[in-house]
Amino acid sequence: MNEVVADRWILDRPNSYIGRSVPRPNAPRLAEGRGTFVDDIELKRMLHATYVRSPYAHARIKSIDPAAAKALPGVVAVVTPQEMAKIHDPWVGVLTHLEGIKSAPQYALPLEKATWQGEAVVAVVANTRATAEDAAALVEIDWEVLPPVTDAETATEGETPLIHNDLGDNQAWQRKADFGDVDAAYADADHVVEETFVFGRHTGVCLESRGLVADFEPSEEQLTVWHNNQCPHMVQNILADKFRLEEHKVRVITRDVGGSFGIKVHTYADEVATVGLSIMLKRPVKYIADRLESFVGDIHARDHRVKGKISVKNDGTITAFEIDDLTGIGPYSMYPRTSGIEANQVVNMIGGPYRFDNYRAVANVVYQNKAMMCQYRAVGHPIKCAVTEGLVDKAAKILGMDPAEFRQKNFHSDDSYPTKSAQGMPFENLSHEECMKKMLEAMDYNALKADRDAKRKDGIYRGIGFASFIEVTNPSAMFYGVGGARISAQDGATLRLDAKGNVFISTGATEQGQGMEAVISQVAATAVGVPPERLKIITGDTEHTPYGGGTWGSRAAGIGGEAVAQAGRQLRVQILEAAAAMLQEDASTLDIRNGVVVDTDTDNERISLDEIGRICYYRPDTLPDGFQAELVATKHYVPRKFPFAFTNGAQASYLEVDVETGFINLINHWCVEDCGTVINPLLVDEQIRGGVVQGLGGALWEECLYDDQGQMLNANMADYLVPMAAELPDIECGHAVSPTSDSDLGAKGAGEAGTCGAPAAVMNALNDALSPFDARMTSMPFTPKKVLQALNKI
Amino acid sequence: MDMYSDITLTVNGESVTRCVESRTNLVDFLRYELGLTGSHVGCEHGVCGACTIRMDGRIVRGCLTLAAQAEGAEVWTIEGVSETNEIRPLQKAFVERNALQCGFCTPGMLLTIAELMERKPDASREEIREFISGNFCRCTGYQAIVDAVEIAREKGANS
Repeated sequence: MNEVVADRWILDRPNSYIGRSVPRPNAPRLAEGRGTFVDDIELKRMLHATYVRSPYAHARIKSIDPAAAKALPGVVAVVTPQEMAKIHDPWVGVLTHLEGIKSAPQYALPLEKATWQGEAVVAVVANTRATAEDAAALVEIDWEVLPPVTDAETATEGETPLIHNDLGDNQAWQRKADFGDVDAAYADADHVVEETFVFGRHTGVCLESRGLVADFEPSEEQLTVWHNNQCPHMVQNILADKFRLEEHKVRVITRDVGGSFGIKVHTYADEVATVGLSIMLKRPVKYIADRLESFVGDIHARDHRVKGKISVKNDGTITAFEIDDLTGIGPYSMYPRTSGIEANQVVNMIGGPYRFDNYRAVANVVYQNKAMMCQYRAVGHPIKCAVTEGLVDKAAKILGMDPAEFRQKNFHSDDSYPTKSAQGMPFENLSHEECMKKMLEAMDYNALKADRDAKRKDGIYRGIGFASFIEVTNPSAMFYGVGGARISAQDGATLRLDAKGNVFISTGATEQGQGMEAVISQVAATAVGVPPERLKIITGDTEHTPYGGGTWGSRAAGIGGEAVAQAGRQLRVQILEAAAAMLQEDASTLDIRNGVVVDTDTDNERISLDEIGRICYYRPDTLPDGFQAELVATKHYVPRKFPFAFTNGAQASYLEVDVETGFINLINHWCVEDCGTVINPLLVDEQIRGGVVQGLGGALWEECLYDDQGQMLNANMADYLVPMAAELPDIECGHAVSPTSDSDLGAKGAGEAGTCGAPAAVMNALNDALSPFDARMTSMPFTPKKVLQALNKI
Repeated sequence: MDMYSDITLTVNGESVTRCVESRTNLVDFLRYELGLTGSHVGCEHGVCGACTIRMDGRIVRGCLTLAAQAEGAEVWTIEGVSETNEIRPLQKAFVERNALQCGFCTPGMLLTIAELMERKPDASREEIREFISGNFCRCTGYQAIVDAVEIAREKGANS
């Protein structure tokens, strides 16, 4: 590989805001309750939609009688699937680069049968949401209940009923991978260690549920949608396509979004239906999922069973990994990203931190009558990490090696880059050794081990667990675009100097609370040379931002930020050309610092940006003949040298198990990660902490429990346990810094690292704590009941 | 029970009289009738704490309280306590410490913490965590929120 050298000009700017914990410009407004979330939007003549949802996991719709519902005062429409299907085209969640993946056409409302409990079947529209819900209870549906497919293990067996007859079977996709010679490695190994891991189904539980206000204006065929999706341009494209509208007449606006985490990045049938209702009724229609609907309507994630193997030599060398992954994805593959990506990520990234040459994998992705499963924060990462790190720990134990030492022996060393994984994934520059070293120091590992060992003598069972990981960030077109998904891989930024010397920034990246606006403002302030308070950020509007991909896959800072850096530099050049014309100077001798044009060498102030704005806009007649000031700059950026910017890190957990009650008390948690250039240390650390806690949720508490009839048993916030403040530890963060050479800024993503490694660290700590009992746990979530079962106490 | 109820209450210091559907809960009344959209709806079954408001000096769940129950009551929402500057140091600490990300839980979280700071100004980190354990935040992992309480307390003591 040729060495690629980035120009780090932005890190050398005077008055740089890169690397500073600048507060978020949008935070004070939110802290005063002055946000504008979708449900805060009210339009004239706006109607409210709700949906009659299937009470069965698998049932044919024999007939629908809307009469009683329609008769209720205040009800404006009751819309059946057949009526809705007249105005839209269905979608199929497949991508060509996931070779062989298949799915059935999905409609806004299902035409023949409901395929999961909670699927929206009939739409009810009324003057108020309460009236719509009253009416929904009056819609009579005659169901023919069909046997549901619930167990992924038997989903593709001959006697199992088919969910979609046209597909021929319940297999959505199969991915196989084979690198090196695994059988030869096994034959040559001193130990082949096996383990089966189970990852429960869980879901995002964004505190703000999914929602939209759709407003169709028939005379211009203009559709405007206020939506809390992460990707406004993707939604624009899909709605135009499915409703046969002109794309430039579909406007998608995302204001404040109350958390997303990948939940709000998909095409939900009930949201498409709401748009359809506005088109039919020619009035604004609002739909906000309530919490009970969210549990069965939002995508679920994980739900994997992975049989894993690792082979090692007595000297502690890892020689091979092998996995057999099975995942149930609900009745359709989600559009447009598909529900195959999580399994694909698992296959691609097993063993990521370590040197080995032999790898074999099979992943089976199957349909079932449960809520749809798709990409959620750290897609596939918690699974591949826990499988890898669980196997690594078990192997270390068999070899009698310290788990930290065993990892250090097998890491891709920090001086070995660029290199590739066994699967052929290119690693540009990672820092496993440095991260582990820093973390062991932060933990005071030897003292911690002594504490653990001393307490065991008193009957207190504590455990230390590690997880090293790699993480995909800054995705290029290789992620979705090559498979045919119309999701912009590149992002753009337009910067405009106004007549007062302030700078407007339009960006395709979007904000859901992660702090994107702060990051964008820091980059722009640095690139142009103005203080952040002179910036105004415009985001989340397809009519006013450059076409872009939005925020997902840890891309907003690394991709959106780089576009802002380049546009900022370009705008600075253009401003200096205007200044040079005014000052009769050579532009190359000038710079912009703190909002003032200065002589580069002496810092001597020459002219302020507001004066430049005034002259360019109001008195261009005073400028030299032939000089036209250009005070708008647009640049785009997409990673081209690497398909993804891999990041890496290490986490550790210290916990205590109450062997009488099965309760797990988290004592401490550490994460040292490497996201390249750290633009805002405060925001990065809080992304890590929030991500760790989401990972802890899946490891310890969160699970969508289903019975064998496909009924979700805990679809409410009282019974579905999310992490709350009292049961969480403080989380200590640290960093290594290996900037990517794919951009000048060098930033990689940071939003998913926490979620990636936390479950593995907790699992390994738990098993360390249980080691005196010869008990091992590998099925998440690790509930007190499962702990007691592992200890043979119940 | 009648379908409709006439209610008069004080909201953020202003007297309000309305005729509401008796089944209307207090947070929906505040949001849709009065336009006070700072109070959020997260679960509508009393678990998440996003709709936390202050009624007659104590925090209540706006989704588990009927508007009709607020007859004669004094209600404060995030808008009101922001405009009076009552919780300004806490809000500043939240911003400084990045104790909010999406901001959806924040109004309920702030009103909850304001009550804690009044009832137990010297609460330990564990006690802060315990007190806010009825307020779900999906973004932060709570540590920054606990830190922000300590920062606000410190700055309050020094001001």
